[in-house]
Amino acid sequence: MSLFSKENREAFLSPLWMNNPVTMQVLGICSALAVTVKLEPALVMGLSVTIIVAVANLVVSLLRNTIPNRIRIIVQLVVVAALVTIVSEVLKAFAYDVSVQLSVYVGLIITNCILMGRLEAFAMANGPWSSFLDGLGNGFGYAVILVVVAFVRELFSAGTLLGFKIIPECVYEFGYMNNGLMLMPPMALILLGCIIWFQRAKNPELND
Amino acid sequence: MNALRKMLDKIKPTFNEGGKLSMFRSVFDGFETFLFVPNTTSKSGAHIHDAVDSKRIMIMVVIALMPALLFGMYNVGYQHYLAIGQLAETGFWTVFAYGLLAVLPKIVVSYLVGLGIEFTVAQFKGEEIHEGFLVSGIIIPMIVPVDCPLWMLALATAFAVIFAKEIFGGTGMNIFNVAIVTRMFLFFSYPSKMSGDSVWIAKDGILGLGEGTVVNGFTGATPLGQVAVSPTTQTTLVNAVGEPSTILDAIIGLIPGSIGETSVIAIALGAILLLVTRIASWKIMLSIFGSGALMAWIFNAIGPDTAVAALPWYEHLILGGFAFGAVFMATDPVTSARTEAGKWMYGCLIGALAIIIRVLNPGYPEGMMLAILFGNVFAPLFDYLVVQRNISKRAKRATKAINS
Repeated sequence: MSLFSKENREAFLSPLWMNNPVTMQVLGICSALAVTVKLEPALVMGLSVTIIVAVANLVVSLLRNTIPNRIRIIVQLVVVAALVTIVSEVLKAFAYDVSVQLSVYVGLIITNCILMGRLEAFAMANGPWSSFLDGLGNGFGYAVILVVVAFVRELFSAGTLLGFKIIPECVYEFGYMNNGLMLMPPMALILLGCIIWFQRAKNPELND
Repeated sequence: MNALRKMLDKIKPTFNEGGKLSMFRSVFDGFETFLFVPNTTSKSGAHIHDAVDSKRIMIMVVIALMPALLFGMYNVGYQHYLAIGQLAETGFWTVFAYGLLAVLPKIVVSYLVGLGIEFTVAQFKGEEIHEGFLVSGIIIPMIVPVDCPLWMLALATAFAVIFAKEIFGGTGMNIFNVAIVTRMFLFFSYPSKMSGDSVWIAKDGILGLGEGTVVNGFTGATPLGQVAVSPTTQTTLVNAVGEPSTILDAIIGLIPGSIGETSVIAIALGAILLLVTRIASWKIMLSIFGSGALMAWIFNAIGPDTAVAALPWYEHLILGGFAFGAVFMATDPVTSARTEAGKWMYGCLIGALAIIIRVLNPGYPEGMMLAILFGNVFAPLFDYLVVQRNISKRAKRATKAINS
């Protein structure tokens, strides 16, 4: 099988939009609500999850023929836990501020349904290269949604993006105010709902 | 009347299928059924029709809201002139005109945004225009502080109409009261414009009317706001210029507060109309006031040692949005419970919860909005319980009849 065969491209591309883990499978919602107040932690979170899913997929796919079926969940968890610990330590070392903002949610990546879902559904049954691509695709699909939600939330709750002032001061002088509801998780859920709404309106075949 | 009917009949073909303006059929249809009760009847199945259709009900509610709205306008002017110290030398009509000028833009904005979205959605889906916004559009300006900026009101109205109503399927399908969702959006999005001490009284002149500066000793806090921050359990309520305000002021409605919520008398007039025409359920109103009074009395007896817990039960019912919410918002037939026993439970939940929020949550001097939202969530559950109970009761009766 060639490196970029149709199946491999499909494994990478379909989770980005048409089979997005957040909007189509409605997985990983909890962290999507929790870390999207600001754009920076959302970016870091998306990147962390992408790396962890891709590498975990790769490792589990390499081991898949040697893992006894009855203890496969434990093996998968060990792999994921090791990766999460590494990522968490790296963040603490090189991006301490963000890791403080993300607090427990980096550790909680281990419980992210996208991870176990991909390991069980894809890596246990496919080769290492396509599993790696599938992990990358799902991680990016998750990250894209996080970034879109965080973009809207940071822009309207603080008037900034990545900490830079976007909405100019003169608008505030006209009486504009930052929206406090955007800071709260319910608004993240409503925004997610809007993305799902948009996606299904664009693609009527997704409606069931 | 006949001339109007004839004119409508004359222009009707232009809007029918194939006519020049057929794309605006839903708009025409909306206006026609608004002016005249439609004479169409259902063609299949068994239906029970009331002689009064929902457009006529909506108009009745709007009429019931009029006393509170008109008094609210007067009170806006009254509070303003009191704050700038010119009340004594200003005539009644000037005071009212100031209030009218302050409130009218809010009504216009609320209707423009809300009806605009409703018309667009109906047009887009090719459906009839729903009439539900007639009432919401007049309630929304009445439950916000007078200082609430118009763009916020427009944004909140748009949010509520889209997310609380249209995505659920329009009028009659919504889970939450649209006006309450509007207020909820404003309250959580822009707390500094929806609560606190500086938003309840208009301080600037409008179109040259009511120019002046606020007098020394001015305080803009609502009575409930004053009670919430009171250090002792005995609170002397004061009006905008620091003079003591009496319980009579609160009953008449000459206190700071959201535009339409202050006057108990005006709300009572509306309540009488709603009850006589049987549009609102007396069970819901009675149970809200009853459970609210009971809850306040319980807090008086065994509550914490704060001013708001020590507030007498009748003041709890008079101050803030309690009466307005109980009469006009909790009784919304769409979002309240529909079974008779469910209405009692629904009302009791709202009344008790409103007082609990007031007393136990220092962050919220007023709890009516959140209590009604919570009641809306539970209304279907109450209905479900009542229906299930009835089913099991009848099943038991049936098996008994068979066995004997």
